[in-house]
Amino acid sequence: MKKTIEGSIAVAEVARDCGPDVVACFPITPSTHIAETLDKMYTNGEIKSYTAVESEFSAISMLVGASAAGARAFTTTDSQGLALMHEVLFAAAGMRLPMVIVNANRSLSAPLSIWNDHQDSVSERDSGWIQLYCKNNQEAVDTVPQAFKISEDTNIPVMVCFDGFYLTHLVEQIDIPEKEVIGKYLPKRKAEYKLDPENPITMGMYALPTHYQGFRIDLHQDVLKAAENVKKEMEAWGDVSGRKYGNGLWEEYHAEDAEYLFIGMGSVMENAELAVEKMRKEGKKVGLVRIRCYRPFPSEVVEAIKGKKGALVFEKAVSMGADAPLYAEISSAMKEKGADVPLSSYVGGLGGKDITVGHIEQMFGEIEGGPVKKVWDGETGAPKIKKSLGAGEENGGA
Amino acid sequence: MLEIRLHGRGGQGAVTGGELLAKAAGLEGKWSQCFPKFGVERRGAPVQSYCRIADERIKIHQELYEPNAVIVLDASLMDSVDVTAGLKEGGTVLINTRLPPGDVCLLDGNCNVHTVDATTIAKEALGRPIVNTAMLGAFVKITGIVKLESLVEEVKKHFGERLGEKNADAVKACYEAVK
Repeated sequence: MKKTIEGSIAVAEVARDCGPDVVACFPITPSTHIAETLDKMYTNGEIKSYTAVESEFSAISMLVGASAAGARAFTTTDSQGLALMHEVLFAAAGMRLPMVIVNANRSLSAPLSIWNDHQDSVSERDSGWIQLYCKNNQEAVDTVPQAFKISEDTNIPVMVCFDGFYLTHLVEQIDIPEKEVIGKYLPKRKAEYKLDPENPITMGMYALPTHYQGFRIDLHQDVLKAAENVKKEMEAWGDVSGRKYGNGLWEEYHAEDAEYLFIGMGSVMENAELAVEKMRKEGKKVGLVRIRCYRPFPSEVVEAIKGKKGALVFEKAVSMGADAPLYAEISSAMKEKGADVPLSSYVGGLGGKDITVGHIEQMFGEIEGGPVKKVWDGETGAPKIKKSLGAGEENGGA
Repeated sequence: MLEIRLHGRGGQGAVTGGELLAKAAGLEGKWSQCFPKFGVERRGAPVQSYCRIADERIKIHQELYEPNAVIVLDASLMDSVDVTAGLKEGGTVLINTRLPPGDVCLLDGNCNVHTVDATTIAKEALGRPIVNTAMLGAFVKITGIVKLESLVEEVKKHFGERLGEKNADAVKACYEAVK
């Protein structure tokens, strides 16, 4: 049902309707209304459990225990909260425990910031979690049920990432999937193995050098294989909801006949769609490739980039002392698959620095002259603002 | 697409105001967006909230730079905040003040200024000088962007029975009083 609702609250409603057995959150800054709303839902008897734990470390630890016992487990966090979970993220994935985190993408300290970028979740790219990035709130509510399905089918935890403030705090019209639709799509979790006093097993045990590497590489291979599940669930969810986002791994927009491509993740890609629509009207052949599934990384996306005159990767993350992460990965996949396209790297939008439609048009313009590697400062493309002064005596007249 | 910027101080309801306007538009089958712009959240600090209303789905995810209209919940903000910054030519400015529009001095002369004494009206209706709903009543009158009934319905839904009625009274009183 379509309603005018805040992104965070819509996500909480869908998380509720996925029927989690255990929800644990740390509802303090940085937090969104997701945790607050789930807490209210518990008070109203709408979800089975909700625990306000004393830190994000405890939240994710509680999920590990719950998932190991066979429960459907959910939490939500952002920025510092996700960073505090870091150690347990690796453990959860390594122990093959399905669970879902909705991460509202926000910057990491220092300096302290509450605004949007992707540094928090991109920093967890090597943790063994599947990561899905959404371009709008509609996609966020459509992705949460898929995340549970993918996670429970693969025994790999899934992180749903959507932009802090730009999406979490945005009130707009969202078609919230009906509980019955979710119920039909998402069966109850059937744990292949779980902690059970009648049938004791050990989880997360010590591994000697003879075995450790094997476990880790198995996980790596299984995360790679999970790409098939991400694709399959996009189809399946599309069938029940009528909404699809590309092939689940990435989404193209006017990419096929484009000469220049803009590649990126998250809500900035809808601004990029607007830039493409505008530039197409001016006769410029531009298009987009939006990476939706960042882990596993879909290196076949290179097929959509091959043969272009140029492409640019825009990302709201930086790898200190190295090339920007998404650029580096696209670049490496292109070399491996023999795609010889001049590739540009733009880092920007850190800490909520606004990236406008006009900025994206400018970036397209810049790469026509050859590959560019730069930090987008966000000032040059900002619309000119007329200056005006305050009003009459009532303002104190000073 | 119409873009509206609300200026207020933390605690005056600028964010809720934008949300109610977006919801009233949603009620009429329109597409809308509302989102806040915070600095450091605290009572009394200048805050802005943005609202967009259109006939088609709104894709844009960026701040609002060139509004068609500005709503100023607290005229004392105008000493320190450039409330007409980026305002489109001939844009609408609605200010909460006792002064008639002709007495308000804005350096941006290219706009339609409207005023209403929302503080007095809110104090009468609510017993408190929280003017967001009252100002929306005035805004709906001068722009016709949503129907008065849609706004009243959302206000009642948001505030519940008792406070909803009082806020609805403030909306209607400002709808009539705006100049």
